[in-house]
Amino acid sequence: MQKIMIKGTRDGLTLRLDDQCGFDELLQELEEKLSMNGVDEDEPMIRVSVQLGKRFVTEEQKDQISDVIRDKQKLVVERIESEVITKQEALEWKEHTQLTPIVRTIRSGQVVHVKGDLLLIGDVNPGGQVTATGNIFVLGKLRGIAHSGVDGAADTVIAASYMQPNQLRISDQVSRSPDYESEGVYMECGYIDENEGKIRMDTIQQVMKKRPDLVSLERRMLNG
Amino acid sequence: MGEAIVVTSGKGGVGKTTTTANLGTALALQDKKVCLVDTDIGLRNLDVIMGLENRIIYDIVDVVKERCKTNQALIPDKRFDCLYVLPAAQTSDKSEVTPEAIKTIVDELKQDFDYILIDCPAGIEQGYKNAVAGADKAIVVTTPEKSSVRDADRIIGLLEQEDVESPKLVINRIRNHMMKSGDLLDVDEIVSILSIDLLGIIIDDDAVLKAANSGEPVAMKPDSKASLAYRNIARRILGEAVPLLNLDEESGMFAKVKKFFGIRS
Repeated sequence: MQKIMIKGTRDGLTLRLDDQCGFDELLQELEEKLSMNGVDEDEPMIRVSVQLGKRFVTEEQKDQISDVIRDKQKLVVERIESEVITKQEALEWKEHTQLTPIVRTIRSGQVVHVKGDLLLIGDVNPGGQVTATGNIFVLGKLRGIAHSGVDGAADTVIAASYMQPNQLRISDQVSRSPDYESEGVYMECGYIDENEGKIRMDTIQQVMKKRPDLVSLERRMLNG
Repeated sequence: MGEAIVVTSGKGGVGKTTTTANLGTALALQDKKVCLVDTDIGLRNLDVIMGLENRIIYDIVDVVKERCKTNQALIPDKRFDCLYVLPAAQTSDKSEVTPEAIKTIVDELKQDFDYILIDCPAGIEQGYKNAVAGADKAIVVTTPEKSSVRDADRIIGLLEQEDVESPKLVINRIRNHMMKSGDLLDVDEIVSILSIDLLGIIIDDDAVLKAANSGEPVAMKPDSKASLAYRNIARRILGEAVPLLNLDEESGMFAKVKKFFGIRS
């Protein structure tokens, strides 16, 4: 039986590797297969995507596969995909996409950090801080500091029932409240405006239009 | 090479932070390059009184832990180009830093600034030790209350064991009518108990509270007596001989007219 299926698509080559045989056998056959057809010097680089099926490979094994493919001059590895991930990766992925509800007041000097999205039911007082790798939703008054997308996700948003923050931080952007005494605003949402590269505020309805991905939140909440 | 002055009191709530903010402002008004350092880690206030709370990105703990450079943590004041604030951290506590670490930072700041005013936390524990570590001079703040004077006496005793010049005294929250009636200790009494040089006296003035609440030090407002007192203290720090404010002085046109006619009220 063939261990490797090569398919040409518009975007390049797809290599579908058998997921039942031993890894060494697989590498060997991959090498043989690829050395068979000589490629013309003038042809452009061909992008290759590798599909591993239900085989789990370590980072080193991935490198080995890439090395074998890269040995053939006109091939570049675009991605290596597997249908399986480790339990640890799965848990991490879950953590970063789940919504954590917290019910309390975050007072001055307190810091709350969650992985994934934060749903705070309560206020953030001046000097208090909430951070999340995902979005932040405050059902209450946001008067302290909120930092969404701490790991760099610039498409995250910060929404609050009442917005009067000391600072809003999204990814690596910071904006602060004006120097004059100002009233807060109700039901507003902070996001990074791609055109300006700065944090802006708008009504939640407007921001939902700019961040259609937020709809997936519904599903996540339903899934618990 | 600048001079580092710690503002301390022992007792809480006597006006250390207010004094630090206002002296800093008054020195900046005299075109001196000033840096205010808040060492009250965990209960920071100086940034609020200066109205700079919303600008804090890094703080003194970040500097100590080398998460940023010192000048990244310095916040430029809204009003003066020559005034900066190094804020304390709100989310950690005083054991996060050591006196040696603070001394290193203060010594570094001394290269760039004429005056470094260090706002000391209340108490005589770790926070006090941190604040005093880098200081060349000390200002002790007290109010005309027995408890406050007692704590000031204790702190002066501790300061004498440190490597700082003889501390100077600021008496805050003076209420003239109560001093006169003997309900509060009067200025001479306090000075004789503590037996250190008097640097200035500050009248209890509503404008101080109002200014602190709006994030604008009272020293900015020339019409307040407290403001004048702070400015005078700043001038004394700079080496000028300025007489103490006359507490009995009545202000306004009417008083001047009365004085002209020799009427005593």
